[in-house]
Amino acid sequence: MLDSTEGYVTEDGRKIGGVVMEMKNITLRFGGVVAIKDISFDIREGEIRAIIGPNGAGKSSMLNVISGFYVPQEGEVWFHGSKRPPMRPYEVARQGIARTFQNIALFEGMSVLDNVMTGRLNYMKTNMFQQAWWKGKAEAEEVENREAVEKIIDFLEIQHIRKTPVSRLPYGLKKRVELARALAAEPKLLLLDEPMAGMNVEEKEDMSRFILDVNDEFGTTIALIEHDMGVVMDLSDRVVVMDYGKKIGDGTPDEVRSNQDVIDAYLGVSHD
Amino acid sequence: MFYREAGDFKVSYVDDSQTFPIKFDRYRYYVVLAVAFGIIPFIINDYWANALLLPFLIYAIAAIGLNILVGYCGQVSLGTGGFMAVGAYACYKLMTAFPDVSMFIHVVLAGGVTALVGVLFGLPSLRIKGFYLAVATLAAQFFLVWLFNRVPWFYNYSASGQINAPERDVFGIIITGPNAPAWATYLFCLIFLTVCALIARNLTRGTTGRSWMAIRDMDIAAEIIGVNPLKAKISAFAVSSFFVGIAGALFFAVYLGAVEVGEVFGIQKSFLVLFMVIIGGLGSIFGSFAGAAFLVLLPVLLKLIGVDLLGWPTDIVAHLNLVIVGALIIMFLILEPHGLAQLWRVAKEKLRLWPFPH
Repeated sequence: MLDSTEGYVTEDGRKIGGVVMEMKNITLRFGGVVAIKDISFDIREGEIRAIIGPNGAGKSSMLNVISGFYVPQEGEVWFHGSKRPPMRPYEVARQGIARTFQNIALFEGMSVLDNVMTGRLNYMKTNMFQQAWWKGKAEAEEVENREAVEKIIDFLEIQHIRKTPVSRLPYGLKKRVELARALAAEPKLLLLDEPMAGMNVEEKEDMSRFILDVNDEFGTTIALIEHDMGVVMDLSDRVVVMDYGKKIGDGTPDEVRSNQDVIDAYLGVSHD
Repeated sequence: MFYREAGDFKVSYVDDSQTFPIKFDRYRYYVVLAVAFGIIPFIINDYWANALLLPFLIYAIAAIGLNILVGYCGQVSLGTGGFMAVGAYACYKLMTAFPDVSMFIHVVLAGGVTALVGVLFGLPSLRIKGFYLAVATLAAQFFLVWLFNRVPWFYNYSASGQINAPERDVFGIIITGPNAPAWATYLFCLIFLTVCALIARNLTRGTTGRSWMAIRDMDIAAEIIGVNPLKAKISAFAVSSFFVGIAGALFFAVYLGAVEVGEVFGIQKSFLVLFMVIIGGLGSIFGSFAGAAFLVLLPVLLKLIGVDLLGWPTDIVAHLNLVIVGALIIMFLILEPHGLAQLWRVAKEKLRLWPFPH
């Protein structure tokens, strides 16, 4: 095991830093159902960390714990070296954690630009009276954030749909807009819940490229859930494997691929 | 022909996010403002002011207020009548307690008081949504009307239980009471409407508006992105009630002059303003104007055609009015949920291509 402050170098030569987020013995129950059982893992600065597992393994619940939507009954969440008290999701967002959703959760009534601008909320400092007056501080702030948003719109190649209402967009583009909205927050940790669900090969390739580019250019730490094993093994630096709420594997893609428990979970095991 | 953005290039983000990005729209808007401020005050008479212009201006303020709450923030409210009553009674108490203070200040303060009451009744929205919230605001409606009927302090212990607007002025010009000239009352309301519309527009195009709309469209995602739901919902209730309170104060002090709360600010008023918002267009400032204009004009038009032109009995025309409004509500909800504002938007979209179809 690595020490929490020392980093490592990936196969393709990227330097990974110390631990950003650490989950310690997380247990999450819904009534009698144990969704997550005593799971510990860490996410290191600059890495792409995948969480995989069969349906119902508790992957999305794990992401919801990280983003503050669920509060685990047991265990601790450590972020940037300090223990995180139970907090509301918007407070977690303020700390620099952004996410996308399994089922697209865009604001359908708003334009693409407004959706992405909403991602900048944590950088908006003017109060309501300044905004009601508009001229001066509010306008300056709007322009300043618009510039940041335009960079992301540029980066994700969605300039042409800037002013289009989100409800008119096809599925693949919506996924991309959602990524843009999460990126607009300039997060320290980006959580992606099945970013490639329901996409065709071409769209998957595009999305994979964007994820790698985000990691490469902004140095964003990424944790993602994905079912497409090819994509996961290609993209991620380290993988956590979950099954029935338990962690059954953790390591580089190659280590995980040769792990007997993981093979059993995915292919099934004979009980005779 | 004139209505297109071709050749009208924006070189700054300020230009790009202005209220009317198309030149023709901008000029049309200036013309409307010039006519409203520069021409109408000189040709206005009592009939025009009382039958059309004052109710339109005041209802437009109320509709903008309700639209912020229902259309932008997605919190259903049936308490508009009650909140208008708060504005009216706050204004009355202020007018009688401080006779020398300008009416401008009274009306704004009345809005402020209503904002506080609105926040109080908005608190349940943090826990409940949709139908249940509608019922909670309905309770506010009935409670407030009951309160103003039962506690004599609010109507200064007058024998009739009514409140009457005393004569008050702004810079020496009489605004309230029977001797107020039509142009003065008109301008007074117009100033409030213009300022309210500008404030509403500025709030809805900026950060506050985006958090409201985020809460409306998907509250869970909004919270995970960083919208504080408490702040967003409460601020929507506050701003909305502020506008509705101003409308209530103007309705009582400038338009009617005397008010019996159950009659004027009853549940029908809540529905009337809600219908304006629905017919005009949810989530659109222009829609609030359109809805208010439509529902103020419709009875007048029907009376003009039915009673004066065709000679029908007055009561039949009045009932016909209700039937038509009801039918229109159903039609709009089914065919065009975004109301007149959407029809207007589609018309503009077509106009941009005209006379070439592609």
